[in-house]
Amino acid sequence: MTAVTAPAVPKRKDRGGPWLSLLAWVVGILFVLPVLWMILTSFHSEEQAAQNPPALFAPLTLDGYREFFSGGASPWPPLLNSLTASIVSTALVLLLSMPAAYALSIKPVRKWTDVLFFFLSTKMLPVVAGLLPLYLFAQYVGLLDNIWLLIIFYTSMNLPIAVWMMRSFLSEVPVEMLEAASVDGAGLIRTLRSVVAPVVTPGIAATALICFIFSWNELLFARVLTATVAETAPVFLTSFVTSQGLFLAQLCAAAFVVSLPVLVAGFAAQDKLVQGLSLGSVK
Amino acid sequence: MTSVATQTGEGTVEARPPKPPRTGGPRAAGWARRAPLLPALVFMIIVTQLPFVATLVISFMDWNAYYPQERGFAGFANFKRVFTDVNMRDAVWTTILLTAGVVLLSLLLGLGIALLLDRKFRGRGAVRTLMIAPFLVVPVAAALLWKHALYNPEYGLFNGALTWVWRLFGSDHPPQPDWISNMPLWSVIFALVWQWTPFMMLILLAGLQGRPLDVIEAARIDGANSWQIFRSMTLPHLRQYLELGALLGSIYIVQNFDAVFTITSGGLGTANLPYTIYQIFYQAHDYGRASAAAVIVVIGTIIIATFALRTVSSLFRQEAGR
Repeated sequence: MTAVTAPAVPKRKDRGGPWLSLLAWVVGILFVLPVLWMILTSFHSEEQAAQNPPALFAPLTLDGYREFFSGGASPWPPLLNSLTASIVSTALVLLLSMPAAYALSIKPVRKWTDVLFFFLSTKMLPVVAGLLPLYLFAQYVGLLDNIWLLIIFYTSMNLPIAVWMMRSFLSEVPVEMLEAASVDGAGLIRTLRSVVAPVVTPGIAATALICFIFSWNELLFARVLTATVAETAPVFLTSFVTSQGLFLAQLCAAAFVVSLPVLVAGFAAQDKLVQGLSLGSVK
Repeated sequence: MTSVATQTGEGTVEARPPKPPRTGGPRAAGWARRAPLLPALVFMIIVTQLPFVATLVISFMDWNAYYPQERGFAGFANFKRVFTDVNMRDAVWTTILLTAGVVLLSLLLGLGIALLLDRKFRGRGAVRTLMIAPFLVVPVAAALLWKHALYNPEYGLFNGALTWVWRLFGSDHPPQPDWISNMPLWSVIFALVWQWTPFMMLILLAGLQGRPLDVIEAARIDGANSWQIFRSMTLPHLRQYLELGALLGSIYIVQNFDAVFTITSGGLGTANLPYTIYQIFYQAHDYGRASAAAVIVVIGTIIIATFALRTVSSLFRQEAGR
């Protein structure tokens, strides 16, 4: 067990080492190239963006961004809708998942594994199968094109992930510390604040960031359940699906602006990204 | 110190036995334990389980929004239509090809890259960070990027690069294929492989770094070469991580809508099941048939999900048992 965490990896001779390192760099750059290309193109003029062969060193301009933000329909309402839906649903997810994870790890209910796997199984059912009933329900109660409907759906979409993640973080709280706290007569609130919170706070942050990313990215439900009022950023992007003359710089600007929050959140959470995406089963 | 604390932390799951209700006021104590769980549980049951019940009911109904007066019980007619529909059968096939293609390719690539990144070299952290970027582009934005900025036959980067290379060798007639029309399904697959390889890489890298290094070192001292170590030690150790990556990847990619919708709009034989159901519902407004298709997809998914759950629970038991 200690060997896993021990940093002292014995040195060994590594033939072909420099070449493999070079290969790693080349592969890494190849993978990031489309992203870099998107960013570079977004700062080119439309004429330069449509050059073949590509005009790498064309003068930089903000025209693409200007066109995106003030050219046609304003992207601000969709961006704000996405922000609202993602932030509010993430807050709801944390509010629901933290007590649930507590009841599944620190003070476990009977058959807690069954409950845990129930949460997981809901994640595996194809969302498209729930689309129609949700649409009909929304139509019936007049919630179509209402951001709250998306908030509720996104909460249900992310809750299983959050419960699994939070449970795996909470189970890292040393049991001796909990016992010591209860021997010392600390109440629930005090135990949570001074024993549990310091251990799980980074985990809560990572969970929140991952839920934010998934809500921000979602397209299918947003497209079906919203129209003009509650339209989200990914739905706004679908207006670029069909070509419209010279629009590549504007498209790249749009794609970059919409992806920026996810890139920031993802890089901020990158240490916990695997744990989150694998629902806490890989550390 | 920290490693010791973490270990005890991991062991806590077992250290706290799922207690049978204590003798004094067992019922009240049980409910006190259950109370924090209930809001989340009730919320999930209402929002995710009820719609499926509704889908099941609607799948047996004659219900098209264009003909509202003809609503009624349809028996198995919708299912019969779904099973005899050529588009539907194509969609099943497309979904299988798309999912298997993306999962296998991204797993293989992810494994290669994880092995490269498992070595110590200058800038390893930087390369790892670069590698994550594709996964952090909003899926619609990524699909748009591939469709217009990379695949476009006139000004896309791929054909631009071909022009470059051909010019380099003094030719003025570079091939300029229309990527999406020539290979529509592969266009979607490549774009998705680009997005999902980082995911697989991260899981496999975590697996590689959990290998017991002392055993590997012992094998090396005993004269085993790198390939033997990879075949007989690394790969068996990675097996469960490969399975986990494949299953989680399948769950997400089976449901893919964004890439198909954006890159080909379901044309040229790329309409997968989610896209087809979306079309039956959103464009044809045939609620009964869309629901029947959804029910069939759910049954198919349950079969896959059973395997997935088994894998996750075996990983889970190992972690809890450590």
